[in-house]
Amino acid sequence: MARAVSPRRKLLMTLAAWSVALIIFFPVFWMIVTSFKTEASAVASPPQFLGADWTIENYVDVWARSDYPRFFWNSVVIAIGSTLLGLAIAIPAAWSMAFVPGKRTKDLLMWMLSTKMMPAVAVFIPLYLLFQQFGLFDTKIGLVLALMLINLPIIIWMLYTYFKEIPGEILEAARMDGATLWGEIVYVLTPMAIPGIASTMLLNIILAWNEAFWTITLTTTKAAPLSAFIASFSAPQGLFYAKLSAASAMAIMPILILGWFSQKQLVRGLTFGAVK
Amino acid sequence: MGKITLNNVRKSFGEVDVIPDIDLTIEDGEFVVFVGPSGCGKSTLLRLIAGLEDTTSGTISIDGKDATALPPAKRGLAMVFQSYALYPHMSVRKNIAFPLKMAGQTPAEQEAKVQAAAKVLNLTDYLDRKPGQLSGGQRQRVAIGRAIVREPAAFLFDEPLSNLDAALRVSMRQEISELHQSLKTTMIYVTHDQVEAMTMADKIVVLHAGRIEQVGSPLDLYNNPRNTFVAGFIGSPKMNLIEGAEAAKHSAHTIGMRPEHITVGSGPWQGKVILSEHLGSDTFLKIDGGDLGILTVRAGGEVIAPPGSTVHLSPDMTKLHRFGADGLALA
Amino acid sequence: MSTHSTRLAARIMVAPSVLLLLVWMIIPLGMTLYFSFRFYRLLSPDRTGWTGFTNYAWFLNSPDFWQAMGNTLALVGGVLIITVVLGILIALLIDQPVKGQGVLRILVIAPFFVMPPVAASIWENLFMHPQNGLFAAIATGFGAQPILFLEQHPMASVITIVAWEWLPFATLILLTAMQSLSSEQLEAAEMDGATPFSRFRYIILPHLTRAITVVILIQTIFLLGIFGEIYTTTQGGPGSASTTLPYMIFKQAIVAKDIGRAAAGGIIAVILANIIAYFLMRGIGRNLDN
Repeated sequence: MARAVSPRRKLLMTLAAWSVALIIFFPVFWMIVTSFKTEASAVASPPQFLGADWTIENYVDVWARSDYPRFFWNSVVIAIGSTLLGLAIAIPAAWSMAFVPGKRTKDLLMWMLSTKMMPAVAVFIPLYLLFQQFGLFDTKIGLVLALMLINLPIIIWMLYTYFKEIPGEILEAARMDGATLWGEIVYVLTPMAIPGIASTMLLNIILAWNEAFWTITLTTTKAAPLSAFIASFSAPQGLFYAKLSAASAMAIMPILILGWFSQKQLVRGLTFGAVK
Repeated sequence: MGKITLNNVRKSFGEVDVIPDIDLTIEDGEFVVFVGPSGCGKSTLLRLIAGLEDTTSGTISIDGKDATALPPAKRGLAMVFQSYALYPHMSVRKNIAFPLKMAGQTPAEQEAKVQAAAKVLNLTDYLDRKPGQLSGGQRQRVAIGRAIVREPAAFLFDEPLSNLDAALRVSMRQEISELHQSLKTTMIYVTHDQVEAMTMADKIVVLHAGRIEQVGSPLDLYNNPRNTFVAGFIGSPKMNLIEGAEAAKHSAHTIGMRPEHITVGSGPWQGKVILSEHLGSDTFLKIDGGDLGILTVRAGGEVIAPPGSTVHLSPDMTKLHRFGADGLALA
Repeated sequence: MSTHSTRLAARIMVAPSVLLLLVWMIIPLGMTLYFSFRFYRLLSPDRTGWTGFTNYAWFLNSPDFWQAMGNTLALVGGVLIITVVLGILIALLIDQPVKGQGVLRILVIAPFFVMPPVAASIWENLFMHPQNGLFAAIATGFGAQPILFLEQHPMASVITIVAWEWLPFATLILLTAMQSLSSEQLEAAEMDGATPFSRFRYIILPHLTRAITVVILIQTIFLLGIFGEIYTTTQGGPGSASTTLPYMIFKQAIVAKDIGRAAAGGIIAVILANIIAYFLMRGIGRNLDN
């Protein structure tokens, strides 16, 4: 919508848009601000902004003098682990569905997506018991498996859409040029699919990192990632707002950064391609 | 090398017989054009020869050997796709070298052949660029280069000029014809454009609904079309096909007269001008001939016949084509 | 692209994912169904047996259950309305020729990337807290009493938090759809004499129908399962005031340790999800040609 508009209208629109955006972003902003205050400053009434006492003590305390790094590490392992495992299973599946489609391929895809619509609580009870029985409860492996399975439909779907965008003629050209099936995959398909695979990885890491049902219900202390940690320590009795803010800020920062790069992938992945 | 024979080739997709039964021989060194309207099966036929599709029945032989069950890589053919199908992540050099790499040649051998092909196609300055940085015509040449280095028994072209603008199409058409003259390799070329077919082919195969309507040299098809379909397909503007009383006068169900064989002036036919198109070199008139139907007439560039005026037409009866009720040409 | 060798390879490659998803779905679902008809309490492991529909009856007779259903529907409906309406407005605003669109998008989209426990924590502690929260400070600044958001308006508070989290998603989707609308259509309308409001109503809004449908469908799926925010803030309370169906099932399983009942609840949740999906597909699924 690029048309010439009057400078006055542009100014009004800009002001309106920025006001709205800043209001929406304000909670995040306020949390970051709080994380740099001293505890006393954080709970001061009326709330202090410019006149507050600033410190980076909270970050140091949370990171160096508590169990926080362990939870952070758990989040990293679970997010990346479930993503890599998911990719390993999804890439062959998406490849075959995109390039050798059968009569049932579309139905199969729809079915896979529909598994994502199953309420988690319906499968929660047996999985909770099974995890305990098989020693997967409160383990990183267990969570990697669980998160991989809930996101597998989305991973397959996204890879499928990316693979479908590779023109079939290019693979045929490779075949005419003498490439075996393996050669096709290695020399042509994979290099062309790398951006799509990277996008899918990105989205999945975000979804796994932020997941807040299984990560809470299937862990207690050992394998708890950041989501569980923050959830349990949220209503602090007393005066730890600044530290909680620091902990929260560190918990969301990686994903805020990744999220900035992945807006397009978000639209593609979570609307199942219905919106372009 | 480069003789290709098809015997009783049939191709169906599910219930649909896209190609019911085709017999065709392509001689070594010929430039054969498969031409026909959309959906006639010409691309399918090309892909069957290439090996990208399996035949439902029938055999395909290349240089006397049965190639029906061979995968594309083993048939010794090279294909230039409509979209060029260049590898976007590889440089021009790597694109052209790819088939040689798949064949296991040494880097030195690959480089030598790439340089040779680049020289022929004027690509030497572009070898390190990626396809995304090239123009349409340049990409075309890279696709051709990739095919040339394979030193194939035959080249297969699938509507290679469709994606180019008009001016580029003319120059690329000539480049491909010149390439054929220098390499003397068999070329099978698919197009829906009968102008390309006429200008480039040694032999034209006119296809319609999966069947061969006629095979012959361009002038053969122009002068002696076997049926009304070929008569109406070859030649631009289309041949005038007239039924009814005028056709009966010549003991035929349909008669045909090409626009270029009708002179404006005195003559037995007449009609009212509907449209007058001036190209400078020629004037094309669309005429309502009453019982004769709508006629197209080509006249000299100097002829002025405004819409609404009545003109008299003199058809060259030596160039009359007669067709029966079944559409076949009458002797 | 279809030759026999590749087709067999293809089937083998899809098999692992199909198997895994089947196992993930069928086996647990089957077990839940099984448990729902049995007496199964973790604290009384020796008492087991078939109880028919007792567990289901407990739910249907429990006022907490109906409150939970109401809360669930309120959560889904409330968030949908807020996010779609505001999403359209904000998308319209950002789509204008304004300066710094790139940064604007980042600011507006940020909340979606904040994990639910953190989002809930921010609102609970920094804003809604009756002593230390920003809202309380603003209230006392005006001489009023601070509102006890989480105590007195637990469901509304949860809806606010979740709406804040999901607004970016709706906005992003709607903005993407809006930007795919060719400016030529709008220019043609302008030449036909349409006012900005008419252009919105007759051209932009119909174009957005598909995107709105997608937003509603996708969000409904996720909103039915909201958990982390409630766990972090109200734990479903006070009492059961902010308990939704998923949270109620969670409490039955983990707190009351009654597996049989929780399983029955799980099946009820599946039925509810299917009913909603049915109505959604009928009502607005026509807009999609998926």
